Amino acid sequence: MSLRRFILKRVLLVFPILLGVSIVTFSLVKLTPGNPVQVAIGLNPDMGPQEIARLKQRYGLTQPAWKQYLNWLGDIVLHGDFGSTYGARERAVSDIIANRLPETVVLGLFGWVFALAIAIPTGIYAAVRKDELGDHVSRFVALAGISLPNFWLGLMLILVFALVLNLFPVSAPRKPLWHPATLWYLLLPGITIGTASASNLMRIMRSSMAEEMNKEYVTAARAKGLPERTVVLKHVLRNSLISVTTVAAFLTAAIVSGSVVVEQVFGWPGLGRELIAAVRNRQVDLILGITLFTGVAIILANLLADILYAVLDPRIRYD
Amino acid sequence: MSTKRGRIRITGFDTDRVTDRERLSDWREATTTGGTDGRWKRAWRRFRENRAAMLGVYTVAIMSLLALFSQKVVVAGVPVQPFAIAPYEPGEILYLQNPSLERFNPPTLAHPMGLDANGRDIFSRLLVGGRISISIGFVVVCITATIGMAYGAIAGYYGGWVDEVMMRFVDVIFAFPGLVLALVIVALLGGGYWPLVVAFTVPGWASYARLIRGEVLSVKENEYVLAAQALGARDRSVIFRHIVPNAMAPLIVQASLSIGTVVIGVAALGFLGLGFPPGTPEWGTMLNQTRSTIITGPGGTIPWWVTVFPGGAIFLFVMAMNMIGDGINDALDAQEISAAGAGGAE
Amino acid sequence: MTLLEVNDLTVSFYTEEGVVTAVDDLSYRIESGETFGVVGESGAGKSVTALSLMRLIEEPGRIESGEILFRGEDILKMSESEVRSVRGNEIAMIFQDAQTALNPVYSVGEQISEAIRHHLGYDDDAARDRTVQLLDRVGIPDAESRYGDYPHEFSGGMQQRAVIAMALSCDPALLIADEPTTALDVTTEAKILDQIQDLADEFDTAVQLITHDLGVVAKICERVMVMYAGRPVEKASVEDLYYDPKHPYTVGLMSSIPRIGDERDRLQTIPGTMPDLVDVPPGCAFHPRCPYAEECCARKRPPLVDPETGDASTAADDRAAACLEYTGDLENGLDFEVTVEGEDPLVEEEQDAR
Repeated sequence: MSLRRFILKRVLLVFPILLGVSIVTFSLVKLTPGNPVQVAIGLNPDMGPQEIARLKQRYGLTQPAWKQYLNWLGDIVLHGDFGSTYGARERAVSDIIANRLPETVVLGLFGWVFALAIAIPTGIYAAVRKDELGDHVSRFVALAGISLPNFWLGLMLILVFALVLNLFPVSAPRKPLWHPATLWYLLLPGITIGTASASNLMRIMRSSMAEEMNKEYVTAARAKGLPERTVVLKHVLRNSLISVTTVAAFLTAAIVSGSVVVEQVFGWPGLGRELIAAVRNRQVDLILGITLFTGVAIILANLLADILYAVLDPRIRYD
Repeated sequence: MSTKRGRIRITGFDTDRVTDRERLSDWREATTTGGTDGRWKRAWRRFRENRAAMLGVYTVAIMSLLALFSQKVVVAGVPVQPFAIAPYEPGEILYLQNPSLERFNPPTLAHPMGLDANGRDIFSRLLVGGRISISIGFVVVCITATIGMAYGAIAGYYGGWVDEVMMRFVDVIFAFPGLVLALVIVALLGGGYWPLVVAFTVPGWASYARLIRGEVLSVKENEYVLAAQALGARDRSVIFRHIVPNAMAPLIVQASLSIGTVVIGVAALGFLGLGFPPGTPEWGTMLNQTRSTIITGPGGTIPWWVTVFPGGAIFLFVMAMNMIGDGINDALDAQEISAAGAGGAE
Repeated sequence: MTLLEVNDLTVSFYTEEGVVTAVDDLSYRIESGETFGVVGESGAGKSVTALSLMRLIEEPGRIESGEILFRGEDILKMSESEVRSVRGNEIAMIFQDAQTALNPVYSVGEQISEAIRHHLGYDDDAARDRTVQLLDRVGIPDAESRYGDYPHEFSGGMQQRAVIAMALSCDPALLIADEPTTALDVTTEAKILDQIQDLADEFDTAVQLITHDLGVVAKICERVMVMYAGRPVEKASVEDLYYDPKHPYTVGLMSSIPRIGDERDRLQTIPGTMPDLVDVPPGCAFHPRCPYAEECCARKRPPLVDPETGDASTAADDRAAACLEYTGDLENGLDFEVTVEGEDPLVEEEQDAR
């Protein structure tokens, strides 16, 4: 199988999973007791049966569930219409997502880059110095990193850097996203969101490097007289990066989950904060839309990781 | 080169002599130790020699005991556990009785972790709160591991389209970030202990299923399983008697590393104000109001204790749990499978 | 001229089960251009010996003592960069399992030419040309276009050829071949052995051939050392070893080779297995399996001596055996007999048997 065909096949595999994700999301949210009609009744208990029937009609709740699902999916696929919020001020869900998504993407990417920048060098270092002091120290730090609740880490960072040391504003007027100052604001939330992934990745990197170091091709490379640096950074690294790509998707899921919490801690105006608000206010369409989006993000990350895997590993194309 | 050439024939190398004679020394050929029994025994010895892992065990044991003995346990009017080491009731607003206290009283000898925004004793709340946070981790992991084990074993054993359909469903579950799925389910069921168990079970079982399925596939082709089938053993007994014990080691490693993930996840929902009613003594919920609190503390002071202690308790417990998980992993010599993002509450 | 001289080499591994002495007090020498065989069952310390020569013993292993003189210079006393300039350049190694010795994510050509660029200072194109020539020389068809292929695109035999090309890439003076043919089928094995022999002649390279197969030794070696449980038990020329073996272990190995036209009912295999190196029998390590063992064999460790005179052997001696028979301790002696029947040349005999 050529690389191109492999990628094509992999891309096609995305669609059934996407469909599954949409079904699961839809059924979960539709089971929620707080549909718009109930919310409306809660706000105005004096509503008459006619009024209620009219509302039900309007939100399509008179139809059977499968039809509601098809309508919902059809609107998304055909018109890019994710529905709208209800209440005093109706807003299109697609507008909210379009506004908030860049904020979350920027935060998530920053977290990813931070994680990679920390994890890969320390993972290599720990594997090369396996069972020495430096290895023990970095392993301990990494273990602490995966054990830190990210919301608490965020609070502690605010406590130390913003309140005690006064290096960051706790809540300063925010500049638009595409402003150089954003980088400064990104620092604390980005570190918070990336710490767990950095620690996880470092542990995986270390164990995969250490495993590769025991293989015979490493002895063979040393027997060629290559400097240890070349042996590690050329021969071993490439092989261990292959196994690291397989967990990249897991880490993306962790970062997406993390963004929900971290945005709340730092008041970052992204999708995660919007989701919490939607859950609190029972904005069904908004919950649906955002949940679907996180699913898509992870499916895409998975796809990317698989393709990267195929590019890095010459063997996979023939599997 | 010698000139002697031809067929070489050796006589007189009489091997019977070796077997017939008395042994010449006490030395015996080492009998190869193997089998599952030896493996678990060896793992247990290695685990006990791992100081970090044992420290984790002691920490978890102490924290669990403190939570258990924090208040009396009364089942149907009968006190099952009569001790109560928490100095105050977790919900008691202390400045009502004692005018020398106030909201955000800093740590003192009588209140080693200070008072919170409502004038409640943080130390007592931490002890009692441990019951929810600690137990929920173990409960969820037991349930998810059981479901995942059965699911993965069935998918892997039957293979074919059964496997295909079952694993596509696992893929779908994996496409959701765990915390987001849990959040939606909590929104659906409302907060509380058992709803949270369900919320973390739904995304949690899939990784066990995938793990066990992989193990089953690799073990399935082994001769002894084929042999058992040839002898007419029933499908179910084949799976559970032969395959599952082999897949146990990676399962245990995964489970021990997942407890921390669940504990952090539960606390995260508590922190977001979605897990429990406000005021519940649960570690995450205790941090719920902290963001605004640490910024707008009374009189420009920063009530750090409100943040540091509840979060520190979560961190300490999860760290200890992960040290145990790492120890089990090293002892069983299983592969590193700690891809689950614990800190990210994946 | 003596190319390599190993004196009193001892290598230990510090494992959880205890200290394992994988190579114990080993001495031998290799002359320029000759092919020297090291024979023994797996676990006898052959591969450890090979890796020691390039100072590639890794944790938890440690070279405890001894010297390895390569062209008169002690490899164990060299700096790290001096050793690196010897590895792959002057001493090269053919690994047992080519599939694992090749890095799966780099092309075969790249893995050969990186050594050429490193040691010989060739630029990319020159290194590539030399690699293609080498691949062609070791019998890889269409070498030019196979340069960019990955190891998994090569068959087992071709992988082994590529590893040979890699070892020869910098024209080494000594080639260590560690069971180069065990992973291959019989016909490929014969071809590869021929090739190693041809190339060694062509490049005037000395070869240390490590094998568990006496047939292979008979085919291409000049002198042989037999190892058992980390110790040398017999050293001899190939002729002497076959027609006049001195150590019971050698005798046992030879009587366990199946032969066409054999009238015996069953093969005389050596009873038992080689001991685990964690727990080596006292005295002579072979005594629990030796038909001629006596009470003294369990007490006294036999030194390596000249079997004629009983004098202690050195690296320079060609003929030596480690059995108490030659120190006069054995009461009943070794009553095996070697008879030569027919006129068949030895070499063909060995080949037929396989």
